[in-house]
Amino acid sequence: MDYYFKTEQMSVGYNKEALIKDINIVLNKGEILTLIGPNGAGKSTVLKSISKQLKLIHGLVYMDKDELSLMSDTMLSQKMAVVFTEKLRSELMTCEDVVATGRYPYTGYLGILSAEDHLHVKKAMDLVHVTAIKDHDFTKISDGQRQRVMLARAICQNPEIIILDEPTSFLDVKHKLEFLSLLQKLRNDKGLTVIMSLHELELAQKVSDKILCVNGEYVDCYGKPEEVFKPGYIKSLFGIESGSFDEEFGNMELMPPDGKADIFVLAGGCSGRNIYRRLQREQKAFVTGILYDNDLDYPVAKALASKVIMAKAFEPVEDKVIDQAKKMIDSCCQVICCREVFGSMETANKEIYEYAKKSGKLCQK
Amino acid sequence: MQRRRKYRYISAFIILVICIAFFFALNICIGSVSISLSDIIGTITGKGEYDTLARIVWDIRLPRTIAVLILGGALALSGYLLQTFFHNPIAGPFVLGISSSAKMVVAILMVFLMRNAIRVTSADMILAAFVGAMLSMGFVLLLSRKVREMSMLVVAGVMVGYICSAITELIVTFAQDADIVNLHNWSRGSFSGMTWDNVYVMSVVIAITFVLVFLLSKPLSAYHLGEVYAKNMGVNIRRLRIYLVILSSVLSACIVAFAGPISFVGIATPHLIKKLLGTSSPLLMIPASFLGGSVFCLICDLLARMLLAPTELSISTVTAIFGVPVVLWIMMERRKERSY
Repeated sequence: MDYYFKTEQMSVGYNKEALIKDINIVLNKGEILTLIGPNGAGKSTVLKSISKQLKLIHGLVYMDKDELSLMSDTMLSQKMAVVFTEKLRSELMTCEDVVATGRYPYTGYLGILSAEDHLHVKKAMDLVHVTAIKDHDFTKISDGQRQRVMLARAICQNPEIIILDEPTSFLDVKHKLEFLSLLQKLRNDKGLTVIMSLHELELAQKVSDKILCVNGEYVDCYGKPEEVFKPGYIKSLFGIESGSFDEEFGNMELMPPDGKADIFVLAGGCSGRNIYRRLQREQKAFVTGILYDNDLDYPVAKALASKVIMAKAFEPVEDKVIDQAKKMIDSCCQVICCREVFGSMETANKEIYEYAKKSGKLCQK
Repeated sequence: MQRRRKYRYISAFIILVICIAFFFALNICIGSVSISLSDIIGTITGKGEYDTLARIVWDIRLPRTIAVLILGGALALSGYLLQTFFHNPIAGPFVLGISSSAKMVVAILMVFLMRNAIRVTSADMILAAFVGAMLSMGFVLLLSRKVREMSMLVVAGVMVGYICSAITELIVTFAQDADIVNLHNWSRGSFSGMTWDNVYVMSVVIAITFVLVFLLSKPLSAYHLGEVYAKNMGVNIRRLRIYLVILSSVLSACIVAFAGPISFVGIATPHLIKKLLGTSSPLLMIPASFLGGSVFCLICDLLARMLLAPTELSISTVTAIFGVPVVLWIMMERRKERSY
């Protein structure tokens, strides 16, 4: 099988003790691999091992057919750039100076930059939009800016593969998206291969070609995002106890309220989500219905409601579902209706609306 | 920006060179006998007929001043290397106990050789001092593996320094030989009694070391950023660290062998120079620190000879007075910086 980057039976860890065993990664040129997993699961350890910062406990790493441990340091430095969480010491250095350190593997014996090197530095800074702060002291810029300067530094190292440890952690949403788009652009334009760890699962799902899940002892799952993000998987990988993560929508919700549900929320057509969340904040348990399973209210309801009365989309609602909804209304003291109008085909919700109105429990949101 | 920086670097170097020339001249002119500049030029070019003056200038002041120039530079450079090595702004040969243990070994050697009536050569002294420097360097390195905290390292270095000084004192006190008087002076740090022979040896050793250090400026600049990044840039960290240890020990050893332990120059000068240049790039810092150390020591030696003339102060007395405020200032600055 053809590959650009490959690990074979790789075990990584500290002090000759394996932390994670049997890691087998195969990447083609220009693929983006994301490592996900709980804190302390060993994502950084994996990244440090494949960048030769840590000795492998066992196994081999291949890059472009060369075995990593046989590659010279200089050769590796011209092919691989890193952005780690370790702080870069930058006494009295401007951002431009920091970016320029990326040219190190290409400079001569005394490390003096040539005109060509300066050009690379300038291009890299333009690409990451840090040219405006090039004369600022590196220690006196924001964390987000620092992260982008570090990316510019890695880019001007002209690598074929780039290793990033939680590169987006300090970025705001605009810059997170910009950062990942930039990685995609580099991948598309230059065939850059990317291996990184991310905490933002919903972004990992979207940007990655492959995902590696580590859980502290072994590789729990490895494959394309659609293979990894199966319902319930994230909850088990991270051991989520309070709250939930919806693998299909990338939606996170807090813990549902406890206790007996006293409120029935009549929702549907994306009208109920905000009410659900308000009730969650107020710690009032509720049931909701009748929702089609393709409604955007549905994933939120599933995460927060004590019970969801669900109907299959594109089918008429069965009578027993309507009866179930009516029974629920009987057991509640209050019905909140989120809907202002009902669609002409939506007879079921209309029926239970009338039922609630008759019982006198109805109140508008 | 780039251009402005270039001007700054050039003017900084010009200032340093002018300072060296100025204080060099002062050091030769001023002393128990004041000599005018024209007289000195006369003696040096051989046109003058002042016999005693010629002897004072040639045999005493000139070798001494050149030694101050070279050793001062070496001190600042070894301080710079140690600060880089440990990523610690207050590291230096004196603080880490390197000077003191070099002194101890030299004292032991001198007493032993004098007992047996063997003449001590410059090379012997340097070698002994190097052994001593490596001893405490080794100890500090071992400790730095166990203890990650840098302040602990400095405390340990100071402790080693005290032990070594105590042992040296003991040796000096119990040594009966009359020549030990010299040893006593030297063990407190002093540039007095330099001969041309000393100057030749130290210039060769330090010139070679300086060139080697300068050639390391590229990997050093990477090492500055932190080990993780240096490694990714293709630097062989292990090898670089070994070079650093050896070179800084050679420098410290050379200084101790000729002038004894001198405090604070190694810590203070690189910081002052860094502020002057506005950069921490080793390519500039290495030569500039050397020049800065020369200026610092020329001033201090001048003061040591002048202040209570004809009594001469020990050089460390003077360097401490100027060096300590700088060190305190560094520590305050660092506290400020750490908050980011």
